[in-house]
Amino acid sequence: MAKQVYYEDVRVDSEITPLAKIATSRMLVQWAGASGDFNPLHYEDDFAKAMGVGAPIVHGALKRAWLGQLMTDWIGEKGKLKKLSCQYRGMDYPRKMKTMEKPHDGETCWCKGKVTKKYDEGGEHLVECEIWVENGNGEKTTPGSALVALPIRSAK
Amino acid sequence: MPEGSLITDELRKLIGVSSGPIIFKVEEGAIQRYAQAIGDPNPLYNDPDYASKTRHGRLLAPPGFTGWPVKADRPTDKLFETLAKAGAPPRVLDGGVEFEFIDPVGAGDVLTATTRISSITERETRLGKTMFTTVEITFVNQTGNVALKSRSTLIQF
Repeated sequence: MAKQVYYEDVRVDSEITPLAKIATSRMLVQWAGASGDFNPLHYEDDFAKAMGVGAPIVHGALKRAWLGQLMTDWIGEKGKLKKLSCQYRGMDYPRKMKTMEKPHDGETCWCKGKVTKKYDEGGEHLVECEIWVENGNGEKTTPGSALVALPIRSAK
Repeated sequence: MPEGSLITDELRKLIGVSSGPIIFKVEEGAIQRYAQAIGDPNPLYNDPDYASKTRHGRLLAPPGFTGWPVKADRPTDKLFETLAKAGAPPRVLDGGVEFEFIDPVGAGDVLTATTRISSITERETRLGKTMFTTVEITFVNQTGNVALKSRSTLIQF
């Protein structure tokens, strides 16, 4: 875990520590089992083609969960995630695995974000962030936003 | 129903309608499997001993995890069925979600979920004539507090 970030430390445009994720078909299977989403869109070639997305795609909810990790890693244990939203605009595709070894080539998805606003309200120190998942070409496939409450140094 | 509209009279009747409740038990193993599937090593979600010594007092669920339902039906599965019966287009994509987190969710919690269709709209997109359904789910925990709310958009074409 990264060290605790405090409200005083962040400014508008501060960067949220980026998080790298590599989607493989194996991860999609694991996600299906853990989340209960067994939609064949995420593992059946012909079904994905019929749905017009070409090939099985990464679950939107998995990308949303990555964005959740982006935020909870950044805010640390003393921070509180109050709101998280994202839109599944672009399709992301898992890497194809040839062996059980972790694939090295192909795309890495990056979860990123920056602070857009900070203010005190209702006794809380709130920070609004713009967040997104971008693919290997730098395209934001999953834009979103988050609202967090951060601790202050004087309350340490 | 206007000429060529995707929104049948049956679909229009579903707007504002609530369904459920569905009960979720939040199990420790389910939380760990979910955290592993995200690839999130946070000890709050993975290590019950560590988590029990924090202010949460128990293994915490990653944001958005609400447990595996006791019954085999997830609220969204039931919803797809209801929409399909009312004549919704057959192809479904997940458009996105907004979460509001109020009370933390952790191992041992029991969540009661109520689902409400808040709107059904349509417009022309690159997918052709496309229907957007907004679904709100409210999860109340065993102490009677709202733990979280979600608002999802289903895209059908």
